Amino acid sequence: MTQIIDRRVNGKNKSAVNRQKFIRRYKTHLKKAVEGAISKRSITDMERGEKVNIPSKDISEPSFGIGQGGERETIYPGNEEFTSGDTIDRPQQGAGQGKSVSDSGEGEDEFTFALSREEFMELFFEDLELPNMIKTQLAKEAQYKKIRAGYTSYGSPSNINVIRSMKGALARRIALAGPHKRTLREAEAELQALLETADETDDRIIALRGEIELLKQRIRRVPYIDTFDIRYNNRVDQPVPTTQAVMFCLMDVSGSMGQYEKDIGKRFFTLLYLFLTRSYERIELVFIRHHTVAKEVDEQEFFYSRETGGTVVSSALKLTAETIKKRYPTSDWNIYVAQASDGDNWTDDSPTCRDLLINTLLPQVQYYAYIEIAEENSPIGSLWREYMKVAQASSRFVMQKLATPDEIYPVFRKLFEKQWHE
Amino acid sequence: MNSSTDNLTNRHLSETSEWTFELLDIYHREIARIATDFGLDTYPNQIEVISAEQMMDAYSTVGMPVGYHHWSFGKQFLSVEQRYKRGFMGLAYEIVINSNPCIAYLMEENSMTMQALVIAHASYGHNSFFKNNYLFKTWTNADSIIDYLLFARNYVTKCEERYGVAEVEMLLDSCHALMNYGVDRYKRPKKVSLDNEEKRQEEREEYLQSQVNDLWRTLPVDQQKSKSDADDHIWPSEPQENILYFIEKNSPILENWQREIVRIVRKIAQYFYPQRQTQVMNEGWATFWHYTIINRLYDEGLVTDGFMLEFLQSHTSVVYQPPFNSRYYSGLNPYTLGLNIYQDLKRICEEPTDEDREWFPDIAGGDWFTVIDFAMRNFKDESFISQYLSPKVIRDMKLFTILDDDQRDSLEVSAIHDERGYKYIRSALSEQYNLGSREPNMQVYKVDRRGDRSMTLRYEAHKHRPLNQETDDVLKHLVRLWGFTVRVESLKDNDSYEVTHECNPGA
Repeated sequence: MTQIIDRRVNGKNKSAVNRQKFIRRYKTHLKKAVEGAISKRSITDMERGEKVNIPSKDISEPSFGIGQGGERETIYPGNEEFTSGDTIDRPQQGAGQGKSVSDSGEGEDEFTFALSREEFMELFFEDLELPNMIKTQLAKEAQYKKIRAGYTSYGSPSNINVIRSMKGALARRIALAGPHKRTLREAEAELQALLETADETDDRIIALRGEIELLKQRIRRVPYIDTFDIRYNNRVDQPVPTTQAVMFCLMDVSGSMGQYEKDIGKRFFTLLYLFLTRSYERIELVFIRHHTVAKEVDEQEFFYSRETGGTVVSSALKLTAETIKKRYPTSDWNIYVAQASDGDNWTDDSPTCRDLLINTLLPQVQYYAYIEIAEENSPIGSLWREYMKVAQASSRFVMQKLATPDEIYPVFRKLFEKQWHE
Repeated sequence: MNSSTDNLTNRHLSETSEWTFELLDIYHREIARIATDFGLDTYPNQIEVISAEQMMDAYSTVGMPVGYHHWSFGKQFLSVEQRYKRGFMGLAYEIVINSNPCIAYLMEENSMTMQALVIAHASYGHNSFFKNNYLFKTWTNADSIIDYLLFARNYVTKCEERYGVAEVEMLLDSCHALMNYGVDRYKRPKKVSLDNEEKRQEEREEYLQSQVNDLWRTLPVDQQKSKSDADDHIWPSEPQENILYFIEKNSPILENWQREIVRIVRKIAQYFYPQRQTQVMNEGWATFWHYTIINRLYDEGLVTDGFMLEFLQSHTSVVYQPPFNSRYYSGLNPYTLGLNIYQDLKRICEEPTDEDREWFPDIAGGDWFTVIDFAMRNFKDESFISQYLSPKVIRDMKLFTILDDDQRDSLEVSAIHDERGYKYIRSALSEQYNLGSREPNMQVYKVDRRGDRSMTLRYEAHKHRPLNQETDDVLKHLVRLWGFTVRVESLKDNDSYEVTHECNPGA
C-alpha cells in the first residue's frame, strides 16, 4: 500500500514558533543590532527588514567532544605521491584539517540571519507606547468592505453561482420527473413481460406504448434549467472601522537652523511617523515651517529650502491651531504635533507660545513633542523656559534636548516610554 | 517509417522532465515492481510532495515530522533559510523518516528524473534499511515513533503552559547538551509506544519521586549505616554510560515533569542513535539501489536517454569524492564509500579474482543479493567496514592514513593502498567510524550520596586526546540537572585519574 500525498497545500510555517522562540531568546542581541542599524540607515529606508549578526559563541549549543591534541589517525582519499613511512610537516593549523571546512558554510564567528520588516519594527518600537490612545473614532467617510453572505435568487448575471444553480436544477429535475420515471420504469417492465407472451397487436401492449410515449413526453417537458433555479452570490457591505491620525511637523527654518539641525529634526519626524503607522491605518502629514511667519509647505520644501531671518514661534502654533479648526476636527482625528527647533525665539514671543499651547492647542491634541536641537548644557533660552512651564501644566506635552543624530533614538524612547497608565 | 517503428517500441513512461501526480504513481509502480523483483523488503510507503519552504521546515527539526518547540530548531531554520536564499546551498532532494509507513518527502522543484531517483533511493533503499538493519530493529520502533513525537510535543507544550516557557526552555537546553549521552550503547532498550507512555507516565511520576526520596533519605537506618559505609564510596555500583537516564532516575532536584522531559529527550536521542552509527551503510545501500533500479528501468526501455543522462549527472555528483588536496574536500563521502563497498561485494560475487578468493573465501562467487542483504542486516558502519572493505575499494579510492601524534614534530603516512597497508587501513577506517572513539567516553563514576552529593564523571581518554573547550559549558548544564557539584576526572598516562573540570552550583 503506497500513498502519494500532496502536502504543499499545508502551511509552510511549521517553524514559525521555533523562529519566534529564537528571536525572543536573543532579543537583547537583536535589539542592539536594530539600534545600530537605525543610526546607520538613511531615513527613507528605515522601514525594511535587517540582516542581523550574532556572535556564534553566544548561541552555540555545547556538547562533550574530543579536543585538539593527543594521537589520532585519519583516513584520506586520493593518494598521489605518498608511500608509507613518509613524514609531512605539520600544517600551521595543526590537526583536524579534514574538519576545518565546516558545514556552516559562512563566517564561523557570526551567525547571520534576516529579520523581517515586522520583526524589525517590533523590536525597534518595543516598550514604546502611544500616549492617549483613547480616541479611535470611526473615519469620516465610512469605509465598507464587501463580504459574502450566502445566495440570493436575484442579482446580476456576473454573480451567478453555477454550482449552486445546477444543484438546484438537478434537485428540481429529480423532484419533478421522479414520479414519472418510476411509472415509466414499471410500464416498460410490464411491456417487456407482455412482449414475451403476446404480440404487437395486443390491446394492452398498444395501451402501454401510448402510456410510455406520454410519460416520456412529460419527462422531456421538465426543463433542464429554469430561471427559478438560478442563484446569485450575495455580497453585503460591512462597515470597517478605520482609525486616522494627523501629524503636524513644526520646524524652525530661520537662519540659525543649518542643514545639520534640520537633518536631526527630519530623523525625529521620521521616527514619529513610523511609530504612528503602527497604530493608525491612515495618517496625514502636515508640514509647517516658520521663521517670523509660518507657512504650510510640502515635504520637500519643508526639509530642504533655506530661509533667513528672525524667529517667531507663535506664528507656527497659530497656524497649527487654525489648520486643526479648518481641516481636522478633533471629533474625527487623533492629532499629534512634533516641533523641532534650535531654541531661538524672539523673547517677547515665548510667553505667547506658552499661553497658546496651554489654552488652545493642548486640549485638542493627543500628544505634543518638542525637541530642541542643542547641547545638553547649552544656555537655557526663553522658549525652553516657558515650555518647561507648559510641561508642568500638561502631561500631553513632553520636551527633550538632543545634539547628535545618535541621540535621537534614546530621546525618542524617553518620550514614548510606557508610562501612561494612570 | 522510422518514426512509426519508434512509436511501436516506445514504452517510455514519460518524455519530458515535468512531473505530475499520475506520473509519480506510474514511476512508483515500476520502481516498486523492480524492487520487489530483487527481493527488497520494505515498510509501506507514504510519499509526500512538499515545497522548498516546507523542506526547510523539515530540515530544522532534524527530520522529525512533528517536534516539540525549541529555539534551537528556530536557529537551525534561520541558518538554513539564510544560506538557501543566498544560494550558498541547495536543499536535499528528499528527507526520509524511519517510520511505518515510511514517509519520504519529495521537493516539488525536482524534475521527473529526480523524483524517480528519490523514490528509488528513499522509499526503497532507506526504507528497506530501516526495516531490516539490526540496529534499527533493536533501537527504534517505527510503528509508534510518530505517535511518540506527538505525545512529546503535547507534553512539552503542556509543561510550558503550566511551568512557564523559560523554565522548560532551560531544561531542554540542558538536556540537549547531554543528548548524545542519553542512549544505552549496549543494553537493549524497551520499545516505546504512545498508549503505554500515556498510561504509564503518571504512575511513573509518582513512583519515581518516591524512589528518589528514598535514595536521598537523610535519616539512614542505623544498623545499615556501618555496613553500607564501605560501599558508599562507590555508588552507583557500576559506571553509568547513560547520563540522562541516570539523571532522570536519580537527580535529587528535578520535579516529576522535569524527569519526564529528560526522558523525552533521551528517547528521541535513542531513536536517532542508529542513524548516527550507520551513515555509510545506510547511504551506500540507498545509493546502490537507486543506481541499480534506475538502470533496470533504462534497460527495460521505460525511460528516455535524456532521463538517463540527467540521472547519471546527478548520481555522479552525489557520489563524487574530492581528493584530500582538493579545496572541495570535506572528509570521506559516506555515499561514495558505502556504494563502493556494496558494488564491490556484488562484483566479488559475480566476477571473483584470486585476491577476492583469498580475502573473502565465504562470499566469492556467491549469490550477490544474499551477500549484500546479509551485510545490510547485520552490521553497523564500524563492523561493516572492518568486515567488507576490500583491497580493490582501497585501491580505487586511493586511501591512505596519516598519523598525527602531538608528541611528534611531523605527521606520518602510516599506510597507503598497497599490499602491506590494506589491513591497516581497513582497521583504521573502521576505528574512525566507531562512535565510541569519535565521542569521548564519559560515564557517571561516583556520586557522593552521604556527603556533598557531588557527581563525578570519568573520561576514559583514548590516546591522550583531551576534552574540548565546550566541556565547562556542558558541565554547567549538568549542574542545572543535578543540582550539586559535578566534576570530570580524566584518565592520564600513568593510568591514574585526575580532576580536569569542575563546576559548582551557582558558578
